[in-house]
Amino acid sequence: MSDNRTLWQEAFDDSKLREGDYSTMSGVPLEPVYGPDDAEFPGVYPYTRGPYASMYRSRLWTMRMFAGFGTADDTNARFKEIIRSGGTGLSTAFDMPTLLGLDSDDPMSLGEVGRCGVAIDSLADMEDLYAGIDLDQITTSMTINSPAAPIFAMFVAQAENAGVNRARLGGTLQNDILKEYQAQKEFVFPPRQSMRLVRDTIKFTAAEMPRWHSISISGYHIREAGSTAAEELAFTLANGFAYVELALQAGLPVDSFAPRLSFFFNAHIDFFEEIAKLRAARRIWARWMKERYGAELERSLQLRFHTQTAGVSLTAQQPEVNIVRTAIEALAGVLGGTQSLHTNSMDEAMALPTEKAARIALRTQQVIAYETNVTHVADPLGGSYFVEELTDEMERQAEAVFSKLEEFGDGSLLEGVIKGIDENWFQGCIADSAYELERKFNSGERVIVGVSDFKEGNDDAEIELLRISKEDEARQRMRLETVRHDRDQEAVDKVLATLTDEAADPEINLMPTLIDASHAYATLGEIMGALADVFGRHTEVPTI
Amino acid sequence: MSQRILVAKVGLDGHDRGVKIIARILRDAGYEVIYTGLFQTPQTVASAAVDEDVDAVGLSMLSGAHLTLAPLVVEELRGRGSDIPVIVGGIVPALDIVELTEAGIAAVLTPGSTAAEVVGAVRRVLAAST
Repeated sequence: MSDNRTLWQEAFDDSKLREGDYSTMSGVPLEPVYGPDDAEFPGVYPYTRGPYASMYRSRLWTMRMFAGFGTADDTNARFKEIIRSGGTGLSTAFDMPTLLGLDSDDPMSLGEVGRCGVAIDSLADMEDLYAGIDLDQITTSMTINSPAAPIFAMFVAQAENAGVNRARLGGTLQNDILKEYQAQKEFVFPPRQSMRLVRDTIKFTAAEMPRWHSISISGYHIREAGSTAAEELAFTLANGFAYVELALQAGLPVDSFAPRLSFFFNAHIDFFEEIAKLRAARRIWARWMKERYGAELERSLQLRFHTQTAGVSLTAQQPEVNIVRTAIEALAGVLGGTQSLHTNSMDEAMALPTEKAARIALRTQQVIAYETNVTHVADPLGGSYFVEELTDEMERQAEAVFSKLEEFGDGSLLEGVIKGIDENWFQGCIADSAYELERKFNSGERVIVGVSDFKEGNDDAEIELLRISKEDEARQRMRLETVRHDRDQEAVDKVLATLTDEAADPEINLMPTLIDASHAYATLGEIMGALADVFGRHTEVPTI
Repeated sequence: MSQRILVAKVGLDGHDRGVKIIARILRDAGYEVIYTGLFQTPQTVASAAVDEDVDAVGLSMLSGAHLTLAPLVVEELRGRGSDIPVIVGGIVPALDIVELTEAGIAAVLTPGSTAAEVVGAVRRVLAAST
């Protein structure tokens, strides 16, 4: 049996490396990783120290900036600016109506069109959104959940119209519906019906889109909603296990889909706890995938994740200070070994970011990547007594949550998670943790610079903010009217009827018909309505 | 009898961390708090406020729709012959506060407001409306 260092060395030697001067500023040469021979090593099971042996010496993280506002044209222009500034991936933010599967002319959409992201009503908007962007080369991520399957279908349809074969598309669909009920609350259908759509997308991508990540299992929103770091870790991984059990139940072999699962974590302001959380996540996932779900492929065991800095840590007071918070959080993500990163802009406690604020946020990543040399050595904090103990503690707390959920589900994590949602267990934990933190802010136990203390400068003039005009909403409605007018209505009616029929048969994969519906320019609201006729709609019992 | 406050989420914004914290802060301050739940319309909020005979309505808004939706809540209330005051809390840029005030919003609480500031604003609004 080889020691871990030997296993690491073999994997490292097989890695393609970036050219670079891997020494300190003063000329001290640096090893790719440090530790005694029997320590844990990156790229070696259970991957606590990183999924890959060479980590950032092979490839820096993807600088994936989340953007979306106004109409598809507006966002397309911002995407192109991000690419010009050196962003290496795209990430699409949709507006509230799109997130809830409503058209821009739905009465409920009033005032929300294009506000929090880009408005997408049909294939026509999707085509404008990615116009002139080479989807063969740049990977794209879409933050969409309840209507993930229909939006994904529109994405595939527009790429095909642009001449890119679906098998060549690389990117990520968030498609993590469980955390919507737990935290983000942009749900449409009831949990089990939503999970059927998730299953359909997993099956479709496993068969036809080898470069696509079917789900980004997201702790980010759980944390933003108020959970602790350990709850974020535990709930996210439990949701991950639930999706694995869902796909296994659908008859897919674990190694056929597990390599395409990815994760999304928050990088909050408590620096070392965040790093410990990310390290623990990799270790837990590898163990469970191997021991419980019998995965054998290395890529099924290696947890890979995107990170976003903590929106809730930003303050409206002295917003420039947010650049500092974001830099510290981003550094935690990088020291935690992230594969891609979004850095928030300083103005996001008040509005969507201006182009300038977004550029500074990207520059923050570039400073970390190119100036600090932190990328030279993998898991530089590994072996620290403190960080290792905190990693173990995160793992212990997460395992306690898994035991509870197993109990809820009589041994099934899938059933346990759904029961936890139905009984408001997750929602209650998150609300309790959020209130406890708020209490500490109010009692002075925790300081927020510019809010609880150090307020000189709070009265300075407000920085320039991005304004979304009411005209954008009107423009989007007119565009939708044109689409409805120009399309073949008979074809739309026909494909929507087929969709409703197929929704009633749980054995059928809905993706092919969703793609047909996109090509017919059926709107998102119409498609979601056709599904809701069979699936029904979810409501939450309000609790404080 | 303690005073009653309806806290509400209007529109499509699912962010409910703030509204739940506000609800608990007000409850701890001795108010009776009713939470509407998500995805309400100006009509449903106004009806609930009148039916429950509350003393104030609090709207939690984080999606940027406050300039459209908050004035509609005031309009719906006044249309029902009610003068119940409406307070808005959430992500509201300073520039928008004047417009909200002109539309009849009694107070606006912005990010960073402490529990004491929240309770203080509610007290002031309730004192002014009775």
